[in-house]
Amino acid sequence: MREPFSTAAQQREADMLGMYLFLASEVLLFGGLFAGALTYRILYPEAVVAASARLHVWIGAANTALLLTSSLLVALAVQAADCGLRRPAAALLSGAAGLGFGFLVLKAVEYTKEIHQGLLPGFGGRFDFSSPVEQLFMNLYLVGTGLHAAHMTVGIAILAGLAWRIGRRSLPLPERAVTVAVCGLYWHLVDIVWVFLYPVLYLAR
Amino acid sequence: MGAGISEKTVAETAEERISYLRAGHTLRSWFFTTDHKRIALLYLVSVTFFFFIGGAAAALMRADLLTPEGDLLSNEGYNRAFTLHGVIMVWFFLIPSIPNVFGNFLLPLMIGARDLAFPRLNLISWYVYMVGGLFTVFILITGGVDTGWTFYTPLSSMFANGNVVLAATAIFVVGFSSIMTGLNFIVTVHTLRAPGMTWGRLPLFVWSHYATSIILVLATPVLTISLVLIAAERLFGIGIFDPALGGDPLLYQHLFWFYSHPAVYIMVLPALGVTSELVAAAARKPVFGYWFVAASSIAIALVGFLVWGHHMFVSGQSMYASAVFSFLSLVVAVPSGIKVYNWTATLYKGHISLDPPFLFAMGFIGLFVVGGLTGLILAMLAVDVHVHDTYFVVAHFHYIMVGGTVSAFFGALHYWWPKITGRHYSIVWGSLSAVFIFLGFNLTFFPQFLLGYLGMPRRYHVYDPGFQVLHVLSSAGATILGVAYLLPFAYLFYSLRNGEPAGPNPWGATGLEWTVASPPPKHNFETIPVVTRPPYDYEIEQESDAG
Repeated sequence: MREPFSTAAQQREADMLGMYLFLASEVLLFGGLFAGALTYRILYPEAVVAASARLHVWIGAANTALLLTSSLLVALAVQAADCGLRRPAAALLSGAAGLGFGFLVLKAVEYTKEIHQGLLPGFGGRFDFSSPVEQLFMNLYLVGTGLHAAHMTVGIAILAGLAWRIGRRSLPLPERAVTVAVCGLYWHLVDIVWVFLYPVLYLAR
Repeated sequence: MGAGISEKTVAETAEERISYLRAGHTLRSWFFTTDHKRIALLYLVSVTFFFFIGGAAAALMRADLLTPEGDLLSNEGYNRAFTLHGVIMVWFFLIPSIPNVFGNFLLPLMIGARDLAFPRLNLISWYVYMVGGLFTVFILITGGVDTGWTFYTPLSSMFANGNVVLAATAIFVVGFSSIMTGLNFIVTVHTLRAPGMTWGRLPLFVWSHYATSIILVLATPVLTISLVLIAAERLFGIGIFDPALGGDPLLYQHLFWFYSHPAVYIMVLPALGVTSELVAAAARKPVFGYWFVAASSIAIALVGFLVWGHHMFVSGQSMYASAVFSFLSLVVAVPSGIKVYNWTATLYKGHISLDPPFLFAMGFIGLFVVGGLTGLILAMLAVDVHVHDTYFVVAHFHYIMVGGTVSAFFGALHYWWPKITGRHYSIVWGSLSAVFIFLGFNLTFFPQFLLGYLGMPRRYHVYDPGFQVLHVLSSAGATILGVAYLLPFAYLFYSLRNGEPAGPNPWGATGLEWTVASPPPKHNFETIPVVTRPPYDYEIEQESDAG
């Protein structure tokens, strides 16, 4: 137990609440981008639909599948950690980190395609959109998915680090299962943000 | 395991009685402390440092505005001075001042906890704050930014000089410090209240910090994303706000004010909490309408998220949106009014002692009422079009943010100084500085209402000679105010060595923080207290005194 707490239950409650509050702040970080994208969708439906139609919807769908599966693995890992099952927990977390890495690889492929097609701003080259709203939509797309990818990178590092520490017993289970639960919450949030990004950006057609 | 714990407890009790100030003397014991009281003192020293840097910039501007020609500073220099003033004062003084100093020091003591829930996070947040703060001072002094603290696009994204990205980065960094503090406070209030410390027994100071923390956690990330977007636009040409790149400057204002209007309540809600404590202690009565005062803090925090559009009445946003924002802005007056009326009712027939904390509280209420009522004027759609971006606005927000927050900061400093240091200060000098701050403040900012109403725009330093008399009055007031702000330095420092020992409860106040020694021992409480009485039960005390 850490310093200000007098019972383990109290500490667990504090750790979970702290993570939920941090995730609430993350939701608002993305919230501004979502609000922007939705506002332009309502104000200028045709232009947004036209821009959205040019995105690679199947790559996005594959990424959604990868991410949902990884979230399932993390949920199972949290249960395993609670029961003190060291090896399964480490394996499930590694698997989730691997799927997350697969997501980033697919995303990189998608960005490359988009740069070649002149869909992405900010990479020199041509950027062929007729209306400013289409351009703004792609700007929001780049910032939104880029910010999400940055969160994915952090999340993968966390999951891999956890798996490693559980594997070499420096994170004893089930005593420190709350650490796995808290990190799992972060990964679920990254997943949920994507579950909203995908329809707002790709399916706005 | 049980035996081990009890041995440890016995061994520590002797050590625990040593005050937190004497618990260690090395630099290491201060800079790597996780004690919330020591971290509060680190913040006290640093926010004071930034207050004087921001104040120096203000003095420079007031000197420049003495003459209509604006001959002291260049146009660019003036813009950089007011940006420095705004950025430092908002993010490095007003927002962290009361929560990070007094909230940090008092919140655990008031709810009967040994520390905040995440002590190391608390220390990290101070380091993050210092890194952001010193970096900001460095870039604002070496190159400067001329956008004003609002970083409005497209000025900030297309035309302003190159330090915008660095300044945005610094504020991005300090935002994390805000989020960490807010998160720590909320978790502490939820999980570490002493037995019997129910929500209905929380001091109103704690309620207001709880409400403030909700805003810190939920609003700050929106500022973060706005700054990320500005940086993305300037560095990579991703045009979110620049129309030439497909962007929309109005989007910036929406995002920025979605944070920055609630930020005003980050500054003033803790001040309202401080005032509730000071008023109850001065009147020696329970706060009238405890639940209304507590709930009004939460109401201000929540409604505060819905009013950002009143900054954009002349920006080209839709008229219907403006009408809705106008209405919602007027709604904030209701919980604010509840507080003022309840303080008044608390003071009614109270046995009032005229000591410095009470004088600061009275100054706060006066300035807060003027600031709040002029806020109503600005919230009216039609009137705002007349006084938008004039000195009327400058005067209004200084009444709230400086008259309100800074008065309450000094009130808190004078009320809890004996608790923090264990020493009394000079009551006469304390009272004098309260009076001088009030007078100097009004002389500085009341003329600015008139200036604004007559049409003097903000952010100009070359102005029509007709405005000069009022500007000279304002600058004269600023001089008095500056001296009045320096006064407490002298007698508070003097009291550190020469003040009389204060004893645990010098004001005869209620509240758990007054039950421990002054200065408090390292671990706050030898045993976690059990709370059995309602907050502010002064009447019970008086009855027993009489009996």
